[in-house]
Amino acid sequence: MRPRRLNLARRPNFAIGAVLTGLVILAGAAAVFFTPYPVDGVAIGSRLQAPSAAHWLGTDMLGRDMLSMLMKGAQNALIIGFVTVGIGLVFGAPLGFLAAMRPGLWSDVSLRAVDLVFAFPAILTAILIAAVYGPGVINAVLAIAIFNIAVFARVARGAALQVLGQSYIRAAEAIGRPPLDIALRHVLPNAAAVLLVQATIQFAIAILAEAGLSYLGLGVQPPDPSWGKMLKDAQTLIFTHPYQAVAPGAAIMLFVLGLNLLGDGLRDALDPRIHAIRLL
Amino acid sequence: MLSYLARRVINLGGALLAASILVFLILGVLPGDPAEVMLGVGATPEALAALRAELGLTANPVLRYVDWIGGLLVGDMGTSLAYRAPVAELIAERLVVTVPLAVAAFAIAVLLAVPLGLFAATRRGGPGDVAVIGASQVGLAIPNFWFAILLILVFAIHLRWFAAGGFTPWDENWALALKSLILPALALALSEAAILTRVTRAAALDVLGQDFIRTARAKGVSRLGVLLGHVLRNALLPVATIMGLQFAFLVAGAVVVENVFYLPGLGRLLVQAIDQRDLAVVQNIILCLAGFVVLVNFAVDAVYAVIDPRPKESRR
Repeated sequence: MRPRRLNLARRPNFAIGAVLTGLVILAGAAAVFFTPYPVDGVAIGSRLQAPSAAHWLGTDMLGRDMLSMLMKGAQNALIIGFVTVGIGLVFGAPLGFLAAMRPGLWSDVSLRAVDLVFAFPAILTAILIAAVYGPGVINAVLAIAIFNIAVFARVARGAALQVLGQSYIRAAEAIGRPPLDIALRHVLPNAAAVLLVQATIQFAIAILAEAGLSYLGLGVQPPDPSWGKMLKDAQTLIFTHPYQAVAPGAAIMLFVLGLNLLGDGLRDALDPRIHAIRLL
Repeated sequence: MLSYLARRVINLGGALLAASILVFLILGVLPGDPAEVMLGVGATPEALAALRAELGLTANPVLRYVDWIGGLLVGDMGTSLAYRAPVAELIAERLVVTVPLAVAAFAIAVLLAVPLGLFAATRRGGPGDVAVIGASQVGLAIPNFWFAILLILVFAIHLRWFAAGGFTPWDENWALALKSLILPALALALSEAAILTRVTRAAALDVLGQDFIRTARAKGVSRLGVLLGHVLRNALLPVATIMGLQFAFLVAGAVVVENVFYLPGLGRLLVQAIDQRDLAVVQNIILCLAGFVVLVNFAVDAVYAVIDPRPKESRR
């Protein structure tokens, strides 16, 4: 590939996406070191306050500062996103490459397995696991990660098949390059762009899935804050304190929007023909 | 065509079998003792043994699987421990909520997305296109349960047009039953509509660039005629594929949305069953949901064979 300037900053999708995602990463990273108020303390005296100079986004039913909760929630969302996408990439991409380079029974079986996983969205898998082990964040991560492995395997296989059809691969085989060498030297660099774009999309989907699971009580467990759980709490107060439902939902929406725009911007910049999968 | 369908039927059977094995493996064979989870850490060994026997966990796994599937084939899904009722009856009661909800959401999504996608494609780069793309980006980013809460906030609490949740049974008052599904269906439809709009737009743009579109226009076919007769027909193929793939997520979304609106559907039963560690209920509902998804994808494949306007030889 000929080196070229990507001019990412000039792409509005990418720029808006980068700003929104950057804000969440900043908030989550800051929460590792400090939050305006502690999130594990209960302060019944200051419960359900409206936004003020002391509490920019108000306080929840236990008197906890909403902004601090949102920041810790961002941290949890980021950790879950990175872990589930990381597991998906590390296991899924080699699986996809292998299926492309070694067609046969193994490849057929793994492709069928991938198709099967597509019939089980992360929420259903998480429910299955929770039924055996009880609800918890590990189950949620596992369920989202399994789905991500399937997605990355499918995308990596498609990208690898495209590369493997090129004549320089036959040349590399003819001069006796071992398959692992071909996979690392030729297939991986060519698949990197589509895997990167897919990783951004899967990150967004992981955030949505985690929020849904936490809303159902199957993800991050209290007292650890999560955006989905905050919305569940807010719903119980919807008749008396409706504004409580605004901030956590907006946080999820803006982060997912940012990631999606980032993914679209990356795709346009790297290669508009990239074929990413978007299943929600 | 017939051999195509026959192959699909065999695939369908295989997929259902594989799904049932997967569900069984996760619930029945993975390390971890459901009896222990149900009774908690303080349980006596006798109580654990008794519950294991009641759950049928002591038998050989292969026998348990064969027993489960054999029962399924004659409509016996076992007994719910929490409700002390046959699981098949519980599921049948809930289906009359979940199926209409999913169908309504699907219909809303298609009715919104196909016209919007076509509209955006014919105005590529214009303000209308940008507005549709922007709206679909936002639609994709809004979690369905938050949208559900916002709908409750606006239409139930402020405007008081709808109830904030709950369900009136069909045989009590079907109009009210339908009304209690409107907000949930809208909440469920949003992200599907957003995805389908994007796919429809992209597929329509692909078709609009083809030579036969210009030929049809040159022959004097009207713009609308070309759009409906050629663009839509050809664009439906990729749209149908995505619809099939998305159906699994519609079902998963229904599980969440039912819980927001306290609808007595399969999703609500499922989440309650987890709290009660009602394994028989979880196992069979999940298989039902996966079965729905597999069946819908089978239907999409079958429809494919009918709507595909390309000559048979050029099909992949």
